[in-house]
Amino acid sequence: MSHNNPDNHIVQIQGLTKSYGNANTVLNGINAHIKKGERVALIGSNGSGKSTLLKCIIGLHPFSNGEVKVMGETFNKTPSSKQRKNIRLKTGFIFQQHCLVRRRSVLSNVVHGMLGNKGSWRGFSHHTAPNEWRTNAMTALHKVNLSEKILNRADSLSGGQQQRAAIARALVRDPSLIIADEPAASLDPVAGKEVMSIFSELCKDNGITLLFTSHDMEHTLEFSDRVIALKNGVVHFDKSSDSVSDKDLEIVFNG
Amino acid sequence: MDKIQALPSRYPRLSPLSFVAWLTVAAVVIVSIGQVGPSFSQLADGVPGMMKLIDRMMPPNTDSEFLSRIGLRILETMQIALAGAAIGIVLSLPIGWLAAKGVSPVGRFSYFFKAFISFLRTVPDLVWALLFVVTVGLGAVAGTLTIIVDTIGFCGRFFAEAIESSEKDPQEALSAIGANKVSVLVGAILPDAAPPMINTSLFALEKAVRSSVVLGLVGAGGIGQELKAAFDLFQYANASMIIIVIFIIVLVMEYLTDQLRSRFQ
Repeated sequence: MSHNNPDNHIVQIQGLTKSYGNANTVLNGINAHIKKGERVALIGSNGSGKSTLLKCIIGLHPFSNGEVKVMGETFNKTPSSKQRKNIRLKTGFIFQQHCLVRRRSVLSNVVHGMLGNKGSWRGFSHHTAPNEWRTNAMTALHKVNLSEKILNRADSLSGGQQQRAAIARALVRDPSLIIADEPAASLDPVAGKEVMSIFSELCKDNGITLLFTSHDMEHTLEFSDRVIALKNGVVHFDKSSDSVSDKDLEIVFNG
Repeated sequence: MDKIQALPSRYPRLSPLSFVAWLTVAAVVIVSIGQVGPSFSQLADGVPGMMKLIDRMMPPNTDSEFLSRIGLRILETMQIALAGAAIGIVLSLPIGWLAAKGVSPVGRFSYFFKAFISFLRTVPDLVWALLFVVTVGLGAVAGTLTIIVDTIGFCGRFFAEAIESSEKDPQEALSAIGANKVSVLVGAILPDAAPPMINTSLFALEKAVRSSVVLGLVGAGGIGQELKAAFDLFQYANASMIIIVIFIIVLVMEYLTDQLRSRFQ
């Protein structure tokens, strides 16, 4: 089964345990993997450790035990600073709050996505950025249908448009993996759905692996290939989106 | 039926300790007024003296040669204020960043920069002027140095506060992307902190004009030097003209910075 061929895995998690102090174990021996180009939804009730798991994968939070392998970088507890840099250069992040710099133009905010690359000191504004970066930013903005708004201030955009700009900021660095923590949670249902569909289409078309968390079951099933459910710090189920039943979901959130 | 609770007393009971504390404060204030405050007889004697002084000040000297001399001094005063404030504001940027808690690239050592800024602020500008007159000699350069130090003491503190209270989410987003501290500063913090910082800078400019006027009293250049000379030589008509000119300058400066401030809100 190609399912289990580790060469194909962009993320591989083995026995990941994360506890605060002795008593509070948030994640307890998580085993999971994500294949290249796959779109995976991570679900679970509040406090089930979804965000913590995302942060452990990108090395924002050290974990207590186990091993994580992300895009060829294997680490325990926390990645070395060189590994962290390699991982981040190939990863795009989308946050629940769009986290744009409010008083800057949309274009500048998207150019920010190039920060961390070589010559990054020029990336703080589109005025100073190299032409190549500006071109990349324009391309990314075109992909999320924001070409009309490039010079508007970020805080003049609607919530959905801001989140699209944030997606463009993640796309501009041509990532292999995009990690999104509740990308639609702060949006109204229509904007949320629009953002999720742009998002998922772009990942599919560009062969980007997508790992996102969501509270919205409709989004989860519609925009992912596979669902990993966390409950009480362990993987409750891990199966393709087609085979997830209403009962499965009910048990994750209530039972 | 439950009984309604008794009425609370109108005033909190004063504990013996706070009664003694209040009494002590009152005593200290009254004794101080008695020792250094003006007495009624002194005030009564002072009024005719003040009248006499005003009488000797009138009319202000409008001699053209004198006016042109003052004009040059005014120009020098403005130059001291502008140069000092500009250099001070620019230097305050990195210092304020280093002093900003939680943002500073030196981590916990930000405390030292805060303390440094406080030190610059607590020493009064006239004392700095005296120090610089001794070190670089009489004249405008000492005045400019004083304004620089004074501006850093003022702007450094408020820049640090503006940086500390700037929005955290975009900063975290940029760090997650892999931006270094300088990129986060220029890309996310400064745009967010710009309005309060511009505000502070304009206040600093206003403050610089006001203090550059008096720096001359200790020999650090500018119009203050003329004012001191006029008083020393009992040329009260000259002094009144200088005071009028100073008044106009400060007023104009406040008006201009107010206008600019409202534009940057």
